[in-house]
Amino acid sequence: MVDAPTAGSEENAADAFLQGGPSLRNASGPYFGNYGGRWMPESLIAALDEVQDTFEKAKADPDFIAELKDLNKNYSGRPSLLTEAKRFSAHAGGARIFLKREDLNHTGSHKINNVLGQALLAKRMGKTRVIAETGAGQHGVASATAAALLGLECVVYMGAEDCRRQALNVARMQLLGATVVPVTNGSQTLKDAINDALRDWVSNVEHTHYLLGTAAGAHPFPAMVRYFHEVIGEEARGQILEQTGKLPDAICACIGGGSNAIGLFHAFLDDASVKIYGFEAGGEGVETGRHAAAISLGRPGVLHGARSYLMQDEDGQTIESHSISAGLDYPSVGPEHSYLADIGRVTYEAVTDTEAMDAFSLLCRTEGIIPAIESSHALAGAIKIGHRLTEGKEDPSEITVIVNLSGRGDKDVETAAAWFNMLDDEGHVKGTTLSTRKPKGPSDRASEVPGEANSADADEDQN
Amino acid sequence: MNEQTASKSAAAIDKARAEGRAALVGYLPAGYPTVQESIEAGIALARNGADLIEIGIPYSDPVMDGPVIQAATTEAISNGFRVSDVFDVVAGITATTDAAVLVMTYWNPVMRMGVDEFSRRLAEAGGAGLITPDLVPDEAAEWFDASDKYGLDRVFLVAPSSTPERLDMTVKASRGFVYAVSIMGVTGTRTSVSSAAEEVVARAHAAGADRVCVGLGVSNPDHVREIAAYADGVIVGTALVAALRDGGVDAVGQLTKNLSAGLGRAAAEA
Repeated sequence: MVDAPTAGSEENAADAFLQGGPSLRNASGPYFGNYGGRWMPESLIAALDEVQDTFEKAKADPDFIAELKDLNKNYSGRPSLLTEAKRFSAHAGGARIFLKREDLNHTGSHKINNVLGQALLAKRMGKTRVIAETGAGQHGVASATAAALLGLECVVYMGAEDCRRQALNVARMQLLGATVVPVTNGSQTLKDAINDALRDWVSNVEHTHYLLGTAAGAHPFPAMVRYFHEVIGEEARGQILEQTGKLPDAICACIGGGSNAIGLFHAFLDDASVKIYGFEAGGEGVETGRHAAAISLGRPGVLHGARSYLMQDEDGQTIESHSISAGLDYPSVGPEHSYLADIGRVTYEAVTDTEAMDAFSLLCRTEGIIPAIESSHALAGAIKIGHRLTEGKEDPSEITVIVNLSGRGDKDVETAAAWFNMLDDEGHVKGTTLSTRKPKGPSDRASEVPGEANSADADEDQN
Repeated sequence: MNEQTASKSAAAIDKARAEGRAALVGYLPAGYPTVQESIEAGIALARNGADLIEIGIPYSDPVMDGPVIQAATTEAISNGFRVSDVFDVVAGITATTDAAVLVMTYWNPVMRMGVDEFSRRLAEAGGAGLITPDLVPDEAAEWFDASDKYGLDRVFLVAPSSTPERLDMTVKASRGFVYAVSIMGVTGTRTSVSSAAEEVVARAHAAGADRVCVGLGVSNPDHVREIAAYADGVIVGTALVAALRDGGVDAVGQLTKNLSAGLGRAAAEA
């Protein structure tokens, strides 16, 4: 364990570690330095052991690898593209910005990589039901998708506040046959959804797998979720070498729990020349206290089964996080990120709501791509990094940066419309209510939604 | 079990055993509805037949608790409960009763204060030890040191899902008693006690545990009677919290009296 670097010494610490230390790749857990572990009720330890055992066997099983590869290719649409964002680059100091297009995956984000892997494991364990938590709804949608594909029952816990922010994704999950349970405890966001999912899991563990959506939680989840997302970085590394003939100068990703980030970072961890940046949600500004920047401002603690950086008060009570992005609205972070922060291999910075939304708008208008607000934090970070790395450079285009575009922004259109003042007092998009024709009467077509018993159950549970 | 330190919990259970009955363990959250009332409620528990008292620390993310305890602890926090108040609650109860008082806590508040400091203050307040629902012995190195240093009981949980190896390890790691989770689930009243409970207790006894208490879902004298037949102690939580919520301290006393009747003895010694 290398001591945490002091401000300004981050590059030296990283270089020293990389020159003298062992590989940072394939860390297996349960511990990442002082982080990780299993701070969980005894009732769930046997289930965690079962997941770990099944995962280890599956990794060594060519049939499993082939099945996952086939789904990634023929269902998700992998490999995802690496798109050079030429017009966007002009706003990042002229550095060449490349977007890893996880937004083009089936279901619209990186989340599908992990859920397909875990759903296959659930089948191997003989589980008939999966549960999931979701913040932005991307992981919930992905889980509902994988469950539909593999014939598993699916229940998704979602904070009531997030249900409101991401109503479209609630409907998507229900259309896919999942039951969405709004969580009204605590801050009614991602952390509370995880609490309720854990309560469900401990009660139904015999036939239920908890399909955790981020690289956090108790061992083996951090290492396992990373494993299923490593494909992001592996593809990106090959693609950038092919397109530019060299490794990138920097890679960037947004950090909530940190799954898309660790998936991208992993392939580059041992490439000493590649600077790695994670961008946390700075919310209304880290000085306001209303943010979700666990690494930047938290201190180590235990939440949801792992020791990691955590936003907590003097009593160890979790502080509610704040972010315009539901998917980053989490007061802790995956333990491997805490470790990578301490040793200085990855630099973590906060990006405010405003900076993220500016980057959101910029990508829409310069590249014709509507990014998820989560991913917009990485884009905003890339703008800063681009300026920083090209400073004083004669030819800024020598600098190349990969940004993980972890998801598409369709789900965020309503939030964005409100942010950019595109709505009237009634909440309608301005200029869309001029028609004088009467709207067609309400018709309840719920019974016509194709599907089986699950959709009926879902309706009941919603009422 | 590790008996090198005199255990207040073990002594309380042994005293009940000497009277030919199982011990009654009552749970209430600290600071609910206020710090002072939680002290009074704890005293009412002890005066009406509870041999051991489990004082919960309200925590923001109580994943092992059902809706009743969640609501109570959330209210305690919004009423201004601070973690250090728990020492006042423990001291307030131990000053006026003979009950062994343990603290039940999720681990992060202890970690935040510092395991050693927390333990020192708990011991100073007259506390017997800690029950740790989200701390397994595998992660408890600091707690082993501190609990030995300050003579505190380490009550770990065993569950129907615990493997023989883990059960064996957990029994050896515990001091005072072993907390057997009766059912795979979270806290809350249930209509019947799972048959899994008896098996877990038998397994824990077989692994060498001298004292095994059963909790989760125990809410009425029938449950108490059923469990007292095979366990060394019976733990009641949610039903007491609901009584405090609905009827105040008097209702806690009355329910405790009813529950202790299930242990098969005349209630109220004080």
